[in-house]
Amino acid sequence: MAKRIDVKELNLYYGKFHAVQEVSIAVPPRNVTAFIGPSGCGKSTVLRSLNRMHEVAPGARVEGSVQLDGEDIYASSVDPVQVRRTIGMVFQRPNPFPTMSIKDNVVAGLRLAGTKNKKQLDEVAERSLRGANLWNEVKDRLDRPGGGLSGGQQQRLCIARAIAVQPDVLLMDEPCSALDPISTLAIEDLITELKKDFTIVIVTHNMQQAARVSDQTAFFNLNGVGQPGRLIEVDDTEKIFSNPSQKATEDYISGRFG
Amino acid sequence: MKDPVVAEHPADTGDTGVERGASAAPSASEAPIPPTQEAAAAKAPHVRPGDRIFRGLATGSGIFIVVLIGAIGLFLLLRAVPSLGLNNANFLTSREWSTGDVGNMRFGILDLLLVTVVSSAVALLIAMPIALGIALFLTQYAPRRLARPFAYVIDLLAAVPSIIFGLWGLLVLGPQLTPIAESLTSALGFIPIFAQGNVSIALSGTIFTASIVLAVMILPIITAVSREVFDRTPVTHVEGAIALGATKWEVVRTTVWPFGKAGYVSASMLGLGRALGETIALTIILSATAKTFGWSLFDGGATFASKIALAAPEFNDPRSAGAYIAAGLVLFLLTFLVNAAARAIVAGHKEYE
Repeated sequence: MAKRIDVKELNLYYGKFHAVQEVSIAVPPRNVTAFIGPSGCGKSTVLRSLNRMHEVAPGARVEGSVQLDGEDIYASSVDPVQVRRTIGMVFQRPNPFPTMSIKDNVVAGLRLAGTKNKKQLDEVAERSLRGANLWNEVKDRLDRPGGGLSGGQQQRLCIARAIAVQPDVLLMDEPCSALDPISTLAIEDLITELKKDFTIVIVTHNMQQAARVSDQTAFFNLNGVGQPGRLIEVDDTEKIFSNPSQKATEDYISGRFG
Repeated sequence: MKDPVVAEHPADTGDTGVERGASAAPSASEAPIPPTQEAAAAKAPHVRPGDRIFRGLATGSGIFIVVLIGAIGLFLLLRAVPSLGLNNANFLTSREWSTGDVGNMRFGILDLLLVTVVSSAVALLIAMPIALGIALFLTQYAPRRLARPFAYVIDLLAAVPSIIFGLWGLLVLGPQLTPIAESLTSALGFIPIFAQGNVSIALSGTIFTASIVLAVMILPIITAVSREVFDRTPVTHVEGAIALGATKWEVVRTTVWPFGKAGYVSASMLGLGRALGETIALTIILSATAKTFGWSLFDGGATFASKIALAAPEFNDPRSAGAYIAAGLVLFLLTFLVNAAARAIVAGHKEYE
């Protein structure tokens, strides 16, 4: 299930723009890794390269390798659709499919993969909603549209949708930035629980959040506008927030940045 | 088992709760000030001249257009009513149309209505799937560099004058269609819509030809509106589907189509509205016939608009002109209903967003 990720000498481009330069990072399984850094430093771009979402943008290009338990997901024999089916992703804004019911949203990934057995779909829906701490709130209205839920519930619905396919890795791109503090806490608690089963990478602008939920933190930065983003350092979260090895990291986390 | 987790949250967020309360307090004390200022401004007679002029112009234009449409409707009705009184046939159910002898006018719209609706419906049936294909191709599959010029060409199609489509249908497309029409009648003639029609197939002035020309004419509007709607599918939904491992086609099926469906249907209604009212192309193409419409695609005949256009010489007598005006009113109501249906569908679509 949970797999380790090894990113080696990754360079990412949007057309001619060199967005991210020479990133190498290892993410152990059953572990939460947080990406922090200023806007435009490429942390979301790196995250999106981990499930081959980066190349969806027109003109986007990838160099280097990303390995899942030693297998390069950018090898020419690998189908990007298959990669995305084994790596779940949660976005900044909750994006349940508005025309689908709550249950259909949760099992959308399984349906795409070809599962038709109704009993199995029902079981997965319940298990995933329980896993996302949403079951008790929605069990009586599984056939209602997902868009009718609150923002925090919608985001947990999206997490349920992502974990329904039992992914190897769960990627989260600022999953709490559109949520109020109470919903944020619900999601953070959930991340801590999900860590037992999944490898999690989370991008966040909230440094307290990174400190609360992650085991390992990677700090990204860029030298200036138009320059590529770089990985400054990656270390245990405790060390990054108490005694980082790089001055730039210390400046950023202490608010002395820029 | 989840309840304890939920119950913990208020306790956990006690601090933030206090902070939020504290931050809310100053804004609450500030809040009353702007409204009182606004209220004072509303009461004060300080309306700037530019504002007054602009409001006057806008209101005037709005009233003007409503009055104009009302006046046109009233005029048509006033001119139609006397002729309807002189009609010796049932206006709604008769298939006759003889207004030459104003002393004994017999006219009914049934045949016109059937030819109009059938030719437009067939055109819609042909144009809808093609427009859907083009719109999906332009928004989902075509490379950006190709999509723009391609969409521009489609829009150009809408700018071609109807008279050109009419000439093309009569002189170019019609003769090409004749062999197809002949093989259809001989192979599938036992089905009423493919039966031998009431005009000569060799001359190709049939509803079949007319519908295909109409389909080409309404293709651009359906395509353009559908393309706009599909283009506005929220990126977050598309990305959500891609991240779940959806292929291109599955992305279209799970996000683009549910989002754009209503827009596509209302675009088709707009196209139908245009087909129903199309005049000059059909006036040129359709062969006139004294026989009634027999539910075959290879019938000739006339639509509301082409009938009226062909009758210009009779307009010197207000009594026969009134008969055509009455037919025009029915066409107006028909297109109005179609447009109203399109609007209702779009309004239903808003709830979704």
